[in-house]
Amino acid sequence: MPSIYSFFRYIPFVVEGTLWTISLVLGGLVIGFFIGLSLALVQSFGGERLKKMLNIYIWFFRGTPLLVLLSLFYWAVFPSLGLELSPLETSIAVLGMRSGAYQSQIFKDSINSVDYGQILAARSIGMSNRKLISYIVLPQALRISIPAWSNEYAVILKDSAICFALGVMEILTRVRYVSTATGLALLPYLFAGVLFFILTFAGTGVMDFVYRRAKIPGMLEGLR
Amino acid sequence: MGFWLEFIPSLFMGLLTTFELVAISAPLGVTLGVALGTARVYGGKVLGSIARAFSALFRGFPLIVTLFLVFFGLPELGIYLSPIISAILSFSLCSGAYISEYVRGAILSVDEGQSLAAESIGMSKLQEVLYIVLPQAIRRAILGISNEIVYMIQYSSLAFAIGVQEMYSVARTYNSLYFKSFEIFSLLAVIYLAITALVTLIFRKLRKRIEPYSDSKAEFIE
Repeated sequence: MPSIYSFFRYIPFVVEGTLWTISLVLGGLVIGFFIGLSLALVQSFGGERLKKMLNIYIWFFRGTPLLVLLSLFYWAVFPSLGLELSPLETSIAVLGMRSGAYQSQIFKDSINSVDYGQILAARSIGMSNRKLISYIVLPQALRISIPAWSNEYAVILKDSAICFALGVMEILTRVRYVSTATGLALLPYLFAGVLFFILTFAGTGVMDFVYRRAKIPGMLEGLR
Repeated sequence: MGFWLEFIPSLFMGLLTTFELVAISAPLGVTLGVALGTARVYGGKVLGSIARAFSALFRGFPLIVTLFLVFFGLPELGIYLSPIISAILSFSLCSGAYISEYVRGAILSVDEGQSLAAESIGMSKLQEVLYIVLPQAIRRAILGISNEIVYMIQYSSLAFAIGVQEMYSVARTYNSLYFKSFEIFSLLAVIYLAITALVTLIFRKLRKRIEPYSDSKAEFIE
C-alpha cells in the first residue's frame, strides 16, 4: 500500500488543471450562449422552415452522448473539413455546440415569459423587429435567464470532465495520471470531486451575485 | 465489407451491454430516488440530513468521478467490484440523487390539506405517505424521472472508461483498428438518437396514462 503522503506533492499539478477546466467551461458557455440565443430568437421570431431545421440541430446535439460527439468531431468531422483542431479546441467547440442546443431552450422560455402585450405595444409604435428584440425583449429575457443559466453552468462543468477521453489536461485527466504515478485512487479521485464541488459553488455564487445586481426591482415578481 | 461483418455483430453485443446497464440501473435509481426524496421531506433531522448530504454529494460529483471512485477507489477499502457492477452502482447513485430532487419537489406540491385529512381519519404517518402522498407525487415527478433515464442512456457510454464493453467502447476499439471514424461514430450517433427517440416516445405514452395533468412543454425532446 503506497503512502497517502505521496499524493500531496502532486496537488499543485492537479490544481493547475482547474485552469483547463475553466477554459473548457467558459469557452463552451460563451459559444453556447451565442448559438443558443440565435436559435431561440429564430424559434420565436423566424419562419417555419428555418425553425424545423434548427429543431434537427437541437435534437441531434441533445440526443447524442457527449462522448460520441467528442469522438465524432475529433476523429471524423473536423479532420474531414480540413480543420486541425487540438483536443482542447475540439472539446470547447463540441461543449459549445451542445450547450447551445440546451441554452436555446432556456432563452426560448425566457423570451416567451416576456409579456406579449409589450411586444404588441412596441409594434404599435412602429418599432422594427430588430429594435423590438434588442430594446424590449432581450433586456428582460436575459435577466430572467440567469438562474437557468447558472444551472447550465453546473451541468457543463461536470460534463467538462468527460473531455478526459480526448486527453485534455483538465482536472480529471491529471488525477488519472497522478493515480497511476502514486498507485493511489481513493484520495486523488475524492480530491477531484471536491474541486468540482468548489467550482460549482463558486460559479453559481458569482451567477447569484450577477442576478441580484442585474435584477430590476419588481420586474420578476410581476412576471412569475 | 469484411469490416462491417465484424463491426456490426460486435456493436450489437455492445448494445446488449448498454441495455443491460440501463435496464438494471434505471429501476435501482428510481427506487433510490423515491426513497431519498421521501427521506428528505419526512426523514426528520438525522435521516433527512443524511439523505440531503447523500444527494448533494452525488449531484455535485461528475458521474465519471463517481465511476472512478467506485471502481478504483473502493478496492483500497477492501471492496472489489467488477466493472459492470461498478457502473451499475455509480449510475444508480447518480440518477437516484437527481431523481430525489424531482420527488422531493413533487411531494411538497401535494396539497397539505390531504395530510390533515389523512391524519383526521386516523391514518399513521407511514400509511399517509404510502397511500396518499407518494402515489400522487410519483405521478407528478414522472417527467423528471423519464428525463433522468434518457440522460442515463446517454451517460452509460462513460462505462467504457472502466473497461465495460458497451457500445461506445466497441466503437472506440474498432476506430483504433480500422480508422473508419466517420462511419463508426456517425452510426453510433444514429443508434443513440434512435434509442433516445424510442424511449422518449414510450415515456410519453406512459405519462399520458398516469400523469395527473398534461405538460408537454418541458419534455426532453419535442
